[in-house]
Amino acid sequence: MRTVTSESNSHPVLTFWIIAGWVGFLLLPWYGVEDFYTFEWLVDGWPLDGDYAPAAFLIAQGQKLWLAPLLPALIAPLFVMRRRKTDPIYGKVLIIAGGFGFAWMIAQGLGIGLRGYNFGWLTALLGDLGDRQFGMGYGALIVASAFLFLFTQGIAARGAVNGDVFVTAAIGGVITIVSIFVFLPIVKMLGAAFISDDGGYSVIEFFGKFVDRRIWGLGCFSGTNCGAAWNSLILAVLVGVITTVLGLIFALVLTRSNFKYKQALRALTVLPIITPPFVIGLALILLFGMSGTVTQWVAGLFDMQPTRWLYGMPGLLIAQVLAFTPIAFLVMIGVVEGVSPSMEEAAQTLRANRWQTFRTVSLPLMRPGLANAFLLGFIESMADFGNPLVLGGNFDVLSTEIFFAIVGAQYDQSRAAILAMVLLGFTLGAFYLQRFWLGNKSYTTVTGKGDAGVHPQMPLGLALPVYVIAGLWALFTIGVYVYIVYGSFVQLWGVDDSLTLTHYKTAFAVSWGDNGFRWTGSAWDSFFTTIMIATIAAPFTAAVGLITAYLLTRQNFAGKKSFEFGTMLSFAIPGTVIGVAYILAFNVPPIEITGTGIILVISFVFRNMPVGVRAGIASMSQLDKSLDESSLTLGANSWQTFRLVILPLLRPAILAALVYSFVRAMTAISAVIFLVSARYDMATSYIIGRVENNDYGLAIAYSTALIFVMLFAVGMLQFGVGRTKIGRRSSNSGGH
Amino acid sequence: MRKYTLAASVLALATGLSATGAMAAGKLNLYCSAQEDWCQLMARSFEEKTGIDVDMTRKSSGETFAQIKAEEVNPKGDVWWGGTGDPHLQAAEEDLTEPYVSPMRDQLHPWAIAQATSAGDKTIGIYSGALGFGYNTKLLADNGLPAPACWEDLTKPEFKGKVQMANPNSSGTAYTTLATMVQLFGEDNGFDYMKRLHANINQYTKSGSAPIKAAGQGETTVGIVFMHDSVAQTVAGFPVVTVAPCEGTGYEIGSMSIIKGARNMDEAKVFYDWALSAEAQTLALQVNAFQVMSNKGATSSDLAPKMDQIKLIDYDFKLYGSSDERKRLLSKWDNDVSTLPQ
Repeated sequence: MRTVTSESNSHPVLTFWIIAGWVGFLLLPWYGVEDFYTFEWLVDGWPLDGDYAPAAFLIAQGQKLWLAPLLPALIAPLFVMRRRKTDPIYGKVLIIAGGFGFAWMIAQGLGIGLRGYNFGWLTALLGDLGDRQFGMGYGALIVASAFLFLFTQGIAARGAVNGDVFVTAAIGGVITIVSIFVFLPIVKMLGAAFISDDGGYSVIEFFGKFVDRRIWGLGCFSGTNCGAAWNSLILAVLVGVITTVLGLIFALVLTRSNFKYKQALRALTVLPIITPPFVIGLALILLFGMSGTVTQWVAGLFDMQPTRWLYGMPGLLIAQVLAFTPIAFLVMIGVVEGVSPSMEEAAQTLRANRWQTFRTVSLPLMRPGLANAFLLGFIESMADFGNPLVLGGNFDVLSTEIFFAIVGAQYDQSRAAILAMVLLGFTLGAFYLQRFWLGNKSYTTVTGKGDAGVHPQMPLGLALPVYVIAGLWALFTIGVYVYIVYGSFVQLWGVDDSLTLTHYKTAFAVSWGDNGFRWTGSAWDSFFTTIMIATIAAPFTAAVGLITAYLLTRQNFAGKKSFEFGTMLSFAIPGTVIGVAYILAFNVPPIEITGTGIILVISFVFRNMPVGVRAGIASMSQLDKSLDESSLTLGANSWQTFRLVILPLLRPAILAALVYSFVRAMTAISAVIFLVSARYDMATSYIIGRVENNDYGLAIAYSTALIFVMLFAVGMLQFGVGRTKIGRRSSNSGGH
Repeated sequence: MRKYTLAASVLALATGLSATGAMAAGKLNLYCSAQEDWCQLMARSFEEKTGIDVDMTRKSSGETFAQIKAEEVNPKGDVWWGGTGDPHLQAAEEDLTEPYVSPMRDQLHPWAIAQATSAGDKTIGIYSGALGFGYNTKLLADNGLPAPACWEDLTKPEFKGKVQMANPNSSGTAYTTLATMVQLFGEDNGFDYMKRLHANINQYTKSGSAPIKAAGQGETTVGIVFMHDSVAQTVAGFPVVTVAPCEGTGYEIGSMSIIKGARNMDEAKVFYDWALSAEAQTLALQVNAFQVMSNKGATSSDLAPKMDQIKLIDYDFKLYGSSDERKRLLSKWDNDVSTLPQ
């Protein structure tokens, strides 16, 4: 199986990318084609018609001559195909050809747009172009990728990252797509912060808006309200801490107790994550609001006046903890399972009691999990949009302030950008605090050496409160969800309690008529689109996330830290900002994808990628590097090592990433509001439309159906990915 | 998978052959800011009538405005139909929309044409709705409160913590409320009223129609909203009563604009003319839309607030829709009203 690649004269990867580059240049339509996959363009004038022509045909006909310089860059690599990798000319030619080709693609794409030259100084320099170009199509996409990977193979041949082709390609690829789909839109959006009211750029106005009382005010100490920045910060810290503790508690119950109904508990902890937005908020209002069932009952019991206590901090805290505990749990479970029992056994052999073992060995080894879980909870809370909208009361938070700065009565994009900067600042702070806390210690416990098998039980003093808290929280969650399901069967939630199936019929009716089978329910359209988009986005998200995690934990390269933060950016910024930023960045050439399904998929991939990255990093920092090293020593290359050694040990992280991205694609709302189009409407935007229209029953019925679909999908994923077998860790395996 | 309502099919039958000229017709990208079912009905009826394919995207007026602005260089939409007038006026001011004088104009109410002239023909009124408030009858009875009939009633001490309105910074509805008070009572007295009202407000919501939904669910006693939103709550089955304030009140003009640089400009104009016809505007009856339509010949719902029985002020859309005046009033409200203790 082993191939010795370093000294051979054939370079299969190189050949592949050279061929791909030529196919993109000679055969595929260079510019974007509407309805590409109907392949109507094949019979509709291809390859000569300007709309569908490949680049080579365009140039041959004397059109779009600015594409001509790509030709030598495609030809040059042909001459080094037969050369050895160690030959300095091999690397040099690939670097120059790939680098030039890629740079030229970017330059011409940014320089020439819908109205000829995009910049005044270009027109001044070169005269009016008299031509224009549209968004890139598959031809351009493939040629650009070919140049990129020719370039990375060039620098690998010159000795970068020990000449590892896979790692350099991965680094190059991930940096490129993250730059395009995360940095570019965000930079475009944040640039608006410096735009003054009259359209120019002004730093003074920026500071004027930045020190606004509505952002930084401390009025809550004097009877009015505090600024949105403080509110968001306090809320996010509380949510981060509470969700991490609850996540740890659930993970402990699952791995270190004799609790019988572990699967049920697992499903329960996943429930809130698969709940569409607004539903938890609505349920909480109907339970604990001023006229809520529980409030009325308690008020009647103690003869009190019902209050609006739910609106503001308390309600938000309940809703967010309910919604984000599962994320902390998904991170914690991987880490808690990963702590090797041999360490704990060593401690016990040294006469530590169970409590000492837990406090001094197990808990410190879980630190990467705790830190990552806190970070995710903190960021999720900062960026959460649905809950503050419903339950916020007068407790302003940054995410809703940003949204309404853009869509509200002020239409103040620069204010939105400033608020987004404040939010980013907090996230950056949390991110560095987390790095600081973890420090340079090692959390490796999975070493490849045999270990003892079974995790010890929790110490009794810990087990008791853990059980109580987990039990209470589980009951609370069940209560809320029973109420939600009930809500989908009543005529008018909160007012008319007679049971009915109307809502389900309206949403999901099917009929069998003259035209055959028809999906007549009003929800089917958005339902099918949502499932399709979520299914496409999930594997991409997991792949990009895990490869990134692998690079961050296992490889060293310049700019690694800023790269790591960059991958977190799209997650830390509220979806609404991302939505507008995506429109700003991707509505014009070179990348023109608004109104398509692609933009939805891409926004989901890059918004949810950080969870894959976090879960991957948390799990990978537990795997000893000696595993990689032994694999490499045995002659595997780094791709084989990644695929055959690391990946199988990462099953929990893969599962977390897949589940999370699938589910988020089905439940996310904020970015989606701006990106849905007539042909690609999503379930959540449909639900919001119903809520706005007072159709609570229909909205909740649809949400309930989605919850069951997602439960099923999560179960299938769990079954498909399988469980990691790290050592002999099931309680019924009898020693070794 | 297109669903045709019965009425739409009847409409198509009735107008059947006259539509043949449009067989080769293209397509239209419609941005719609009214309620979902109304948007759907408009799109499907127009398809039936003309054979032009409609791709409809529904978003709130603020969201649509943000999108059109973001797409300015490369517009994707053709017509923007529905939604409160201010963002349409704002779009006209920022030159995002196209001037067009429709031949249908002589059939319209004067207020609809006034909206067009104030914006250099870049937008036009399609419906209007008056500002008012609604209250939850159950909560009112439980607390033994008198039924409010005037704006002044809402500032009485017994309504402390019982009134909800949207935040004028985020909601066009609430900004209309602020501008209405300034026009109704004069600037000083208007702000004095807003200060007294502030003492009774339990929450400034983000979205304009949220207060009346909260009233429907029993989370607040009174919500200040457009009257047609309040009527919709009653029709949906919530215990809500709608009030036209005795002092008089302001109103909004739901508008329509053609997007500048529209790719299907001809189809956009066909839609524009059709949307101003009595026939198209009467469709509102089927979808629980309780606004008053702009075509004199269109029938409005029986449940719709009767505009001739409401004391309407002479709302200056041009002045109060301009961004300078808006910024001035909002920052004054921010500094003088919202900072007061409650």
